[in-house]
Amino acid sequence: MHTFIVRRLLISFPVILLITMIMYLIINLAPGDPIDMLVGQEGLSPAEIERIKISLGLNKPIHERYLKWLGQLAQGNLGFSYLDHQPVLDRIAERLIPTFSLMFFVILGSYVVAVPIGVISAIRQYTWIDYLATAFAFFGISFPNFFSGLVGIYFFSLILKWLPTGGLETIGQGFSMVDRLYHLLLPGLVLAFREMGVLVRYTRSSMLDVIRQDYVRTARAGGLSEWSTIFRHALRNALLPLITMLGLTIPRLFAGVVIIEQIFQWPGMGRLAIEAILSRDYPVLMGLTLCTAVMVLLGNLLADVLYGVADPRIRLSGRR
Amino acid sequence: MQGVADKTALQEIPRQTFRRLAWRRFLRHRLALAGAVIVALIVLMALFAPWLAPHEPNRVDIMLAREGPSSGHLLGSDVVGRDVLSRLIYGSRVSLSVGLGAVGIYVLIGLVLGCVAGYFGGRVDMLISRLVDAVLSFPVLMLILVIVGMLGPSLFNIILALGFLGWPEVARIVRGQTLAVREELYVVSSEAAGARSSRIILKDVLPNIMSPVIVNATFGVARAILIEAGLSFLGMGVQPPTASWGNMLNDAQSLSILETMPWMWVPPGLMIFVATISINFVGDGLRDALDPKLS
Repeated sequence: MHTFIVRRLLISFPVILLITMIMYLIINLAPGDPIDMLVGQEGLSPAEIERIKISLGLNKPIHERYLKWLGQLAQGNLGFSYLDHQPVLDRIAERLIPTFSLMFFVILGSYVVAVPIGVISAIRQYTWIDYLATAFAFFGISFPNFFSGLVGIYFFSLILKWLPTGGLETIGQGFSMVDRLYHLLLPGLVLAFREMGVLVRYTRSSMLDVIRQDYVRTARAGGLSEWSTIFRHALRNALLPLITMLGLTIPRLFAGVVIIEQIFQWPGMGRLAIEAILSRDYPVLMGLTLCTAVMVLLGNLLADVLYGVADPRIRLSGRR
Repeated sequence: MQGVADKTALQEIPRQTFRRLAWRRFLRHRLALAGAVIVALIVLMALFAPWLAPHEPNRVDIMLAREGPSSGHLLGSDVVGRDVLSRLIYGSRVSLSVGLGAVGIYVLIGLVLGCVAGYFGGRVDMLISRLVDAVLSFPVLMLILVIVGMLGPSLFNIILALGFLGWPEVARIVRGQTLAVREELYVVSSEAAGARSSRIILKDVLPNIMSPVIVNATFGVARAILIEAGLSFLGMGVQPPTASWGNMLNDAQSLSILETMPWMWVPPGLMIFVATISINFVGDGLRDALDPKLS
């Protein structure tokens, strides 16, 4: 197990290197200059612009800049934001908690709701419950989450006035757990809606697979009650593949997070990404890219390790 | 000579029956059928947009700004007085071109790489499989966002970014299928008869591995439409004045528009939803029809 984890981590390094290299190229070779964004309309003389360029290190060739960036990274330094000259690490760190709490709520909520629905849908295949669950799942998968976000704000915030329209907490009230959860509810539910759709479909097909296996038929033929056949024999095996889903959930969720954070003015990493793109804040963008790449790779690794723990038939070796 | 004629005759019969069976299974899936009809309607809408749209979609008329639905403008007008219905009709062109363009590019890349890896095996397979693993662990949306944000938000850049980042899943499916198919007798016999690799891949392998690729591509079209709409909604996609269902929702980020002018944002949101759910139902029907083992 330990060697497996170490080997997988070692394999991840070239992948991360590749991602940062591609992104560095795209970001730095793209048209549009951070200087234009910084300086804006103020007329600066060429000499002054040159001085800013030198202070930001933008006068050096791109491969030199990339190597310097890597060197700083090795020392745990992600550079400084072009905008406010804060360390990139700090800018990202303050956004981690909002994004993670959103993701945690969504993952927990969607598994708790979707897995039972998927299981019942499979056990009662081709009944009205199954059709209802399938309709729910297709709705979730097909509903654009910015639209469900807008509809959610329209009904729950503007018409019913039950929930806030956005933000992390009530301004000027200080930290309160209840207040945070109250603000988390709507964006969390909107994001979880889509996740539930995916999970219901996945649980259902996994459960259907297992129900048709010989050992389930044997358990039934042996005279076990339907209840204990399903719960003692089928369910455990059907839930195994769901563990792998956990790893795939993270990158998919990140896509939703960018949009939902924008709609709900949620001060997380997704919003930071949009802000950094609009202001051409290269160091922050590189930091975010690295951060999401590491998150995705860790998610995959976690899924593999958990799968190995849950299913002793899988021997963890260097390759999947 | 006789043998060759027999072989083609034998190949033709089962394929005809397979198609007919698949078609019959698809027709039985009522939701898929309904989805297919709606998709067909959207395609017609995109093709005949200039004849269907009651007004010029990009014509700004400040006098008409924010007007609600009326007999002249059935769905009202947007913040600068453009006709919402006409923009909705033209927006279908953007969604369909992203769906078909991006998926077309990545299916092609996936087919080529997957076939090559699965058929030739060895070191090429190793290399391609590692590349697939690497790209699969990219934070894809983050990359798309940065690429489109940096290279300039446009329809063309979205199609390219989605197309060149979306192929690994297809490549993985195709490789697995090719590995299975290449041991089949009809491939081995073509090899024994001395056919070139390219001919074997095109004539013997490809036709027999397309089912899961078609299903995956169908779901992919829906996903691409959703991503484009999301990017355009954020202002990182198709730029006004060109109408896209996503950028039509952009104004609804203002709470006053959200609350008091639903005609501006409900129709495009519903169109995206109807288009994606229809395509997803078609995909589900195709899966049942083409791969009865899976349902």
